[in-house]
Amino acid sequence: MTQRGGGLGAWLVQRLSAVYLALFTVAALAWLILHTPWDYASWRALFARPAVSIASGLFFLALMAHAWVGVRDVILDYIGNFVARMTLLALLLGGVLALALWALQVLWTAAS
Amino acid sequence: MRRNACDSNGLRNIGQPMKRGSAPVYLNLLRIRMPVTAVVSFAHRVSGVLLFAVAPGLIYLLSLSLRDPSGFDRAAAVLTSLPVRVLGVLVVWALMHHLLAGLRFLGIDLEWGISRAAARASAFGVLLLSLVLAMLFVTVWL
Repeated sequence: MTQRGGGLGAWLVQRLSAVYLALFTVAALAWLILHTPWDYASWRALFARPAVSIASGLFFLALMAHAWVGVRDVILDYIGNFVARMTLLALLLGGVLALALWALQVLWTAAS
Repeated sequence: MRRNACDSNGLRNIGQPMKRGSAPVYLNLLRIRMPVTAVVSFAHRVSGVLLFAVAPGLIYLLSLSLRDPSGFDRAAAVLTSLPVRVLGVLVVWALMHHLLAGLRFLGIDLEWGISRAAARASAFGVLLLSLVLAMLFVTVWL
């Protein structure tokens, strides 16, 4: 991945995160439809389980990595001006990191 | 220019280089025909951006729902309010399309369905299935 150019790193991150996101989404939707934790107690109890908490944490990390690659592609495709592009890319990176930290914080406080 | 003219460096003159903005522009979207695979690809990008746009809102709803019972009720109230349900239809479709089109692209990476007929068929399948699944979820949710 440290070979010059190529974009292989981003492509791999996008694909690997996509696989986990797809598996998690399908599993989570199926589980929610079957178990319907539709009150605070069962909802909170769900996220107190370490497996759920960790899998969800991985989900948000994968989501932000995946979103970073995707939105970065959009910015690179459509923003010609150098300063504007660099600014947006920097904001994007900060944004996905902040969202990831926020989600992890939410999961952490819910697990305690 | 004379044919076969050479400039002072001895290089063939092949005419003026294209000036920026001199290429023909045709943006009448109503007349441009796109292959279905292009539509799926474009919708994949649009749905991705839409999902990213609502991600902060979803994380906020999650935090609200896990905070305390009243937070849970407030989150439920937001999710069942009319404007959110209308937006939710769009978000659910975006998720279904992005997921299915993404799986289609992963298959193409593995060289499944790369023939033109197979690619067109899978593209139609993605469009149809994502609409069906979105309507299914929406009826269950609403």
